[in-house]
Amino acid sequence: MHIMEGFLPPAHALGWAAVSLPFLAWGLRSIGRDLQSHPERRMLLGVAAAFAFLLSALKLPSVTGSCSHPTGVGLGAALFGPAAMVPVGFVVLMFQALLMAHGGLTTLGANVFSMAIVGPFVSYGVLRAASAVGFSRSPAVFLAACLGDLATYVTTSIQLALAFPAAVGGFGVSFFKFAGIFALTQVPIAISEGLLTLLVVNAMVRFNAHELRALPVMTLGARKGGA
Amino acid sequence: MRARTWLVCLALVLLTVLPLWLATAPPATPGGEAPAIFTGADNRAQQAIGAIAPGYKPWFTPVFEPASDEIASLLFALQAAIGAGVIGYWLGMSVARERARREAASPQGRRAD
Repeated sequence: MHIMEGFLPPAHALGWAAVSLPFLAWGLRSIGRDLQSHPERRMLLGVAAAFAFLLSALKLPSVTGSCSHPTGVGLGAALFGPAAMVPVGFVVLMFQALLMAHGGLTTLGANVFSMAIVGPFVSYGVLRAASAVGFSRSPAVFLAACLGDLATYVTTSIQLALAFPAAVGGFGVSFFKFAGIFALTQVPIAISEGLLTLLVVNAMVRFNAHELRALPVMTLGARKGGA
Repeated sequence: MRARTWLVCLALVLLTVLPLWLATAPPATPGGEAPAIFTGADNRAQQAIGAIAPGYKPWFTPVFEPASDEIASLLFALQAAIGAGVIGYWLGMSVARERARREAASPQGRRAD
Protein backbone atom coordinates (compact mmCIF):
# COMPACT_ATOMS: atom_id res chain seq x y z
CA MET A 1 0.00 0.00 0.00
CA HIS A 2 2.98 2.32 -0.01
CA ILE A 3 2.54 4.92 -2.69
CA MET A 4 6.10 5.62 -3.80
CA GLU A 5 7.86 8.91 -3.26
CA GLY A 6 6.77 11.53 -5.77
CA PHE A 7 4.05 9.35 -7.25
CA LEU A 8 1.14 11.54 -6.19
CA PRO A 9 0.67 14.92 -7.88
CA PRO A 10 1.39 17.79 -5.45
CA ALA A 11 -2.27 18.73 -5.03
CA HIS A 12 -3.19 15.17 -4.04
CA ALA A 13 -0.17 14.85 -1.76
CA LEU A 14 -1.12 18.05 0.06
CA GLY A 15 -4.79 17.14 0.20
CA TRP A 16 -4.20 13.77 1.86
CA ALA A 17 -1.72 15.30 4.29
CA ALA A 18 -4.32 17.91 5.26
CA VAL A 19 -6.93 15.20 5.84
CA SER A 20 -4.56 13.05 7.92
CA LEU A 21 -3.17 15.80 10.16
CA PRO A 22 -6.23 16.26 12.42
CA PHE A 23 -6.43 12.49 12.93
CA LEU A 24 -2.78 12.49 14.01
CA ALA A 25 -3.47 15.21 16.56
CA TRP A 26 -6.56 13.36 17.79
CA GLY A 27 -4.54 10.14 18.10
CA LEU A 28 -1.76 11.78 20.11
CA ARG A 29 -4.30 13.25 22.52
CA SER A 30 -6.10 9.94 22.79
CA ILE A 31 -2.88 8.07 23.65
CA GLY A 32 -1.82 10.74 26.12
CA ARG A 33 -5.13 10.66 27.96
CA ASP A 34 -5.27 6.88 27.98
CA LEU A 35 -1.79 6.44 29.43
CA GLN A 36 -2.33 9.16 31.99
CA SER A 37 -5.41 7.47 33.42
CA HIS A 38 -4.11 3.90 32.91
CA PRO A 39 -0.29 3.86 33.11
CA GLU A 40 -0.38 0.05 33.37
CA ARG A 41 -1.42 -0.06 29.71
CA ARG A 42 1.96 1.26 28.55
CA MET A 43 3.28 -2.27 27.99
CA LEU A 44 0.32 -3.32 25.86
CA LEU A 45 0.53 -0.15 23.78
CA GLY A 46 4.18 -1.02 23.19
CA VAL A 47 3.17 -4.49 22.07
CA ALA A 48 0.53 -3.06 19.69
CA ALA A 49 3.13 -0.71 18.19
CA ALA A 50 5.68 -3.52 17.95
CA PHE A 51 3.07 -5.68 16.22
CA ALA A 52 2.55 -2.99 13.56
CA PHE A 53 6.34 -2.65 13.18
CA LEU A 54 6.80 -6.39 12.75
CA LEU A 55 3.89 -7.05 10.42
CA SER A 56 4.50 -4.14 8.08
CA ALA A 57 8.06 -5.39 7.54
CA LEU A 58 6.91 -8.85 6.42
CA LYS A 59 6.38 -9.04 2.70
CA LEU A 60 4.38 -12.19 2.15
CA PRO A 61 3.77 -14.02 -1.11
CA SER A 62 0.22 -14.12 -2.40
CA VAL A 63 -1.71 -16.23 -4.88
CA THR A 64 -1.61 -13.42 -7.45
CA GLY A 65 2.13 -13.97 -7.80
CA SER A 66 3.18 -10.76 -6.12
CA CYS A 67 4.18 -9.88 -2.59
CA SER A 68 2.58 -7.53 -0.14
CA HIS A 69 2.62 -6.95 3.58
CA PRO A 70 0.03 -6.86 6.37
CA THR A 71 -0.33 -3.64 8.37
CA GLY A 72 -0.69 -4.80 11.97
CA VAL A 73 -2.81 -1.83 13.06
CA GLY A 74 -6.00 -3.82 13.68
CA LEU A 75 -4.64 -5.16 16.98
CA GLY A 76 -4.07 -1.71 18.43
CA ALA A 77 -7.43 -0.48 17.19
CA ALA A 78 -9.18 -3.35 18.96
CA LEU A 79 -7.23 -2.65 22.16
CA PHE A 80 -7.04 1.13 22.37
CA GLY A 81 -9.58 2.37 19.86
CA PRO A 82 -8.85 3.53 16.33
CA ALA A 83 -7.36 6.98 16.99
CA ALA A 84 -4.50 5.56 19.05
CA MET A 85 -3.15 3.74 16.02
CA VAL A 86 -2.75 6.87 13.88
CA PRO A 87 0.51 8.01 15.53
CA VAL A 88 1.79 4.41 15.58
CA GLY A 89 1.16 3.95 11.86
CA PHE A 90 2.68 7.38 11.26
CA VAL A 91 5.93 6.35 12.98
CA VAL A 92 6.10 3.08 11.02
CA LEU A 93 5.53 4.84 7.70
CA MET A 94 8.02 7.60 8.59
CA PHE A 95 10.66 4.97 9.43
CA GLN A 96 10.12 3.23 6.10
CA ALA A 97 10.00 6.46 4.10
CA LEU A 98 13.20 7.87 5.59
CA LEU A 99 15.38 4.77 5.84
CA MET A 100 14.14 2.36 3.20
CA ALA A 101 12.87 4.58 0.39
CA HIS A 102 9.64 2.62 0.90
CA GLY A 103 6.74 5.00 0.56
CA GLY A 104 7.82 8.62 0.81
CA LEU A 105 7.55 12.00 2.49
CA THR A 106 5.36 13.51 -0.23
CA THR A 107 3.05 10.49 -0.11
CA LEU A 108 3.16 10.19 3.69
CA GLY A 109 -0.23 11.87 4.10
CA ALA A 110 -1.92 9.48 1.69
CA ASN A 111 -0.17 6.44 3.15
CA VAL A 112 -1.04 7.48 6.71
CA PHE A 113 -4.65 7.90 5.60
CA SER A 114 -4.90 4.39 4.16
CA MET A 115 -2.83 2.44 6.70
CA ALA A 116 -3.13 4.41 9.93
CA ILE A 117 -6.61 5.93 9.60
CA VAL A 118 -8.87 3.84 7.34
CA GLY A 119 -7.35 0.53 8.53
CA PRO A 120 -7.81 1.08 12.29
CA PHE A 121 -11.20 2.80 11.93
CA VAL A 122 -12.59 0.00 9.75
CA SER A 123 -11.14 -2.58 12.16
CA TYR A 124 -12.75 -0.86 15.11
CA GLY A 125 -16.07 -0.48 13.28
CA VAL A 126 -16.08 -4.15 12.30
CA LEU A 127 -15.23 -5.18 15.87
CA ARG A 128 -18.16 -3.15 17.21
CA ALA A 129 -20.55 -4.37 14.51
CA ALA A 130 -19.53 -8.02 14.88
CA SER A 131 -19.91 -7.81 18.67
CA ALA A 132 -23.27 -6.09 18.30
CA VAL A 133 -24.68 -8.89 16.14
CA GLY A 134 -23.53 -11.46 18.66
CA PHE A 135 -20.14 -12.70 17.46
CA SER A 136 -17.91 -13.87 20.29
CA ARG A 137 -14.52 -12.26 20.76
CA SER A 138 -12.38 -14.52 18.57
CA PRO A 139 -14.30 -14.27 15.29
CA ALA A 140 -14.96 -10.57 15.90
CA VAL A 141 -11.22 -9.86 16.35
CA PHE A 142 -10.34 -11.97 13.32
CA LEU A 143 -12.85 -10.18 11.09
CA ALA A 144 -11.82 -6.78 12.41
CA ALA A 145 -8.12 -7.23 11.64
CA CYS A 146 -8.78 -8.97 8.34
CA LEU A 147 -11.23 -6.40 6.93
CA GLY A 148 -9.22 -3.46 8.25
CA ASP A 149 -6.20 -4.74 6.35
CA LEU A 150 -8.23 -5.13 3.15
CA ALA A 151 -9.77 -1.68 3.57
CA THR A 152 -6.29 -0.16 3.66
CA TYR A 153 -5.44 -1.63 0.28
CA VAL A 154 -8.79 -0.67 -1.25
CA THR A 155 -8.12 2.87 -0.04
CA THR A 156 -4.71 2.91 -1.71
CA SER A 157 -6.38 1.78 -4.94
CA ILE A 158 -8.91 4.64 -4.66
CA GLN A 159 -6.14 7.15 -3.97
CA LEU A 160 -4.16 6.06 -7.02
CA ALA A 161 -7.26 5.92 -9.23
CA LEU A 162 -8.16 9.49 -8.17
CA ALA A 163 -4.66 10.67 -9.05
CA PHE A 164 -4.40 8.65 -12.26
CA PRO A 165 -7.82 8.20 -13.89
CA ALA A 166 -7.60 6.21 -17.11
CA ALA A 167 -7.79 8.19 -20.36
CA VAL A 168 -10.66 5.94 -21.40
CA GLY A 169 -13.08 5.00 -18.64
CA GLY A 170 -11.65 7.37 -16.03
CA PHE A 171 -11.68 6.63 -12.31
CA GLY A 172 -13.57 3.32 -12.51
CA VAL A 173 -11.20 1.65 -14.94
CA SER A 174 -8.16 2.83 -13.01
CA PHE A 175 -9.67 1.73 -9.73
CA PHE A 176 -10.21 -1.82 -10.98
CA LYS A 177 -6.69 -1.91 -12.32
CA PHE A 178 -5.14 -0.81 -9.01
CA ALA A 179 -7.53 -2.90 -6.93
CA GLY A 180 -6.53 -5.90 -9.05
CA ILE A 181 -2.94 -5.28 -8.02
CA PHE A 182 -3.50 -4.37 -4.37
CA ALA A 183 -6.77 -5.68 -3.02
CA LEU A 184 -6.73 -9.08 -4.73
CA THR A 185 -3.14 -9.76 -3.66
CA GLN A 186 -4.10 -8.75 -0.16
CA VAL A 187 -6.89 -11.31 0.40
CA PRO A 188 -4.77 -14.22 1.74
CA ILE A 189 -2.46 -11.77 3.53
CA ALA A 190 -5.43 -10.12 5.24
CA ILE A 191 -6.57 -13.56 6.43
CA SER A 192 -3.06 -14.14 7.82
CA GLU A 193 -3.19 -10.80 9.60
CA GLY A 194 -6.57 -11.71 11.11
CA LEU A 195 -5.18 -15.00 12.44
CA LEU A 196 -1.99 -13.42 13.81
CA THR A 197 -4.00 -10.71 15.55
CA LEU A 198 -6.22 -13.38 17.04
CA LEU A 199 -3.19 -15.23 18.45
CA VAL A 200 -1.87 -12.09 20.14
CA VAL A 201 -5.29 -11.10 21.51
CA ASN A 202 -5.76 -14.60 22.93
CA ALA A 203 -2.38 -14.39 24.65
CA MET A 204 -3.26 -10.97 26.06
CA VAL A 205 -6.59 -12.18 27.38
CA ARG A 206 -4.77 -14.98 29.14
CA PHE A 207 -1.85 -13.00 30.56
CA ASN A 208 -3.04 -9.41 30.81
CA ALA A 209 -6.62 -9.64 31.98
CA HIS A 210 -6.01 -6.86 34.51
CA GLU A 211 -4.63 -4.34 31.99
CA LEU A 212 -7.28 -5.23 29.42
CA ARG A 213 -10.18 -4.33 31.71
CA ALA A 214 -12.37 -1.62 30.18
CA LEU A 215 -10.59 -1.76 26.81
CA PRO A 216 -12.84 -2.10 23.73
CA VAL A 217 -11.79 -5.66 22.94
CA MET A 218 -13.08 -6.82 26.35
CA THR A 219 -16.05 -4.52 26.92
CA LEU A 220 -17.64 -5.05 23.50
CA GLY A 221 -17.89 -8.78 24.05
CA ALA A 222 -18.90 -8.42 27.69
CA ARG A 223 -21.63 -5.87 27.05
CA LYS A 224 -23.69 -8.55 25.42
CA GLY A 225 -23.07 -11.01 28.23
CA GLY A 226 -23.63 -8.44 30.99
CA ALA A 227 -26.85 -6.95 29.64
CA MET B 1 -7.78 -24.01 23.28
CA ARG B 2 -4.26 -25.33 22.80
CA ALA B 3 -5.31 -27.37 19.79
CA ARG B 4 -6.97 -24.34 18.28
CA THR B 5 -3.80 -22.29 18.66
CA TRP B 6 -1.87 -24.95 16.77
CA LEU B 7 -4.52 -25.01 14.05
CA VAL B 8 -4.25 -21.24 13.65
CA CYS B 9 -0.45 -21.55 13.35
CA LEU B 10 -0.82 -24.28 10.76
CA ALA B 11 -3.26 -22.17 8.76
CA LEU B 12 -0.77 -19.28 8.85
CA VAL B 13 2.04 -21.44 7.50
CA LEU B 14 -0.19 -22.84 4.74
CA LEU B 15 -1.45 -19.38 3.78
CA THR B 16 2.13 -18.22 3.37
CA VAL B 17 3.62 -21.28 1.71
CA LEU B 18 0.83 -22.44 -0.63
CA PRO B 19 0.97 -19.32 -2.86
CA LEU B 20 4.54 -20.27 -3.73
CA TRP B 21 3.09 -23.25 -5.61
CA LEU B 22 -0.27 -21.88 -6.65
CA ALA B 23 0.83 -18.62 -8.21
CA THR B 24 1.91 -18.53 -11.80
CA ALA B 25 4.26 -16.04 -13.39
CA PRO B 26 2.54 -13.28 -15.36
CA PRO B 27 2.39 -13.89 -19.12
CA ALA B 28 5.62 -13.00 -20.90
CA THR B 29 5.50 -9.78 -22.86
CA PRO B 30 6.68 -10.19 -26.45
CA GLY B 31 10.27 -9.04 -26.68
CA GLY B 32 10.41 -8.24 -22.96
CA GLU B 33 12.64 -9.85 -20.39
CA ALA B 34 11.51 -12.95 -18.51
CA PRO B 35 8.51 -12.02 -16.34
CA ALA B 36 9.35 -11.69 -12.69
CA ILE B 37 7.21 -13.39 -10.08
CA PHE B 38 6.65 -12.34 -6.46
CA THR B 39 7.70 -8.79 -7.01
CA GLY B 40 6.20 -6.21 -4.66
CA ALA B 41 2.64 -5.05 -5.30
CA ASP B 42 3.91 -1.50 -4.79
CA ASN B 43 6.21 -1.88 -7.80
CA ARG B 44 3.39 -3.32 -9.88
CA ALA B 45 1.29 -0.30 -9.04
CA GLN B 46 4.17 1.89 -10.13
CA GLN B 47 4.22 0.08 -13.48
CA ALA B 48 0.46 0.46 -13.78
CA ILE B 49 0.84 4.22 -13.27
CA GLY B 50 3.38 4.18 -16.08
CA ALA B 51 0.83 2.43 -18.31
CA ILE B 52 -2.04 4.81 -17.44
CA ALA B 53 -0.06 8.04 -17.46
CA PRO B 54 3.07 7.45 -19.54
CA GLY B 55 4.05 11.11 -19.25
CA TYR B 56 4.03 11.21 -15.43
CA LYS B 57 7.36 11.98 -13.84
CA PRO B 58 7.77 11.58 -10.05
CA TRP B 59 8.40 15.09 -8.76
CA PHE B 60 10.27 14.12 -5.62
CA THR B 61 12.95 11.53 -4.95
CA PRO B 62 13.56 9.64 -1.70
CA VAL B 63 15.85 11.53 0.68
CA PHE B 64 17.84 8.38 1.36
CA GLU B 65 17.91 5.20 -0.64
CA PRO B 66 19.41 1.90 0.56
CA ALA B 67 22.59 1.33 -1.43
CA SER B 68 21.49 -2.13 -2.59
CA ASP B 69 18.78 -4.76 -2.17
CA GLU B 70 20.91 -6.34 0.54
CA ILE B 71 20.98 -3.12 2.56
CA ALA B 72 17.23 -2.73 2.05
CA SER B 73 16.57 -6.24 3.33
CA LEU B 74 18.88 -5.53 6.28
CA LEU B 75 16.70 -2.56 7.20
CA PHE B 76 13.49 -4.57 6.82
CA ALA B 77 14.96 -7.31 8.99
CA LEU B 78 15.90 -4.66 11.55
CA GLN B 79 12.34 -3.35 11.56
CA ALA B 80 10.93 -6.84 12.06
CA ALA B 81 13.51 -7.60 14.75
CA ILE B 82 12.57 -4.49 16.75
CA GLY B 83 8.91 -5.51 16.63
CA ALA B 84 9.52 -9.17 17.38
CA GLY B 85 11.93 -8.27 20.20
CA VAL B 86 9.35 -6.19 22.05
CA ILE B 87 6.66 -8.85 21.56
CA GLY B 88 9.05 -11.57 22.75
CA TYR B 89 9.91 -9.53 25.86
CA TRP B 90 6.23 -9.09 26.70
CA LEU B 91 5.38 -12.75 26.07
CA GLY B 92 8.34 -14.04 28.10
CA MET B 93 7.58 -11.68 30.96
CA SER B 94 3.90 -12.64 30.92
CA VAL B 95 4.63 -16.37 31.04
CA ALA B 96 7.13 -15.91 33.88
CA ARG B 97 4.73 -13.66 35.80
CA GLU B 98 1.94 -16.21 35.52
CA ARG B 99 4.24 -19.00 36.68
CA ALA B 100 5.44 -16.96 39.65
CA ARG B 101 1.85 -16.19 40.61
CA ARG B 102 0.89 -19.84 40.41
CA GLU B 103 3.86 -20.96 42.47
CA ALA B 104 3.15 -18.35 45.09
CA ALA B 105 -0.43 -19.59 45.32
CA SER B 106 0.43 -23.28 45.77
CA PRO B 107 2.27 -24.39 48.94
CA GLN B 108 4.18 -27.00 46.94
CA GLY B 109 5.67 -24.32 44.73
CA ARG B 110 6.73 -22.33 47.77
CA ARG B 111 8.65 -25.30 49.17
CA ALA B 112 10.46 -25.73 45.87
CA ASP B 113 11.76 -22.17 46.20
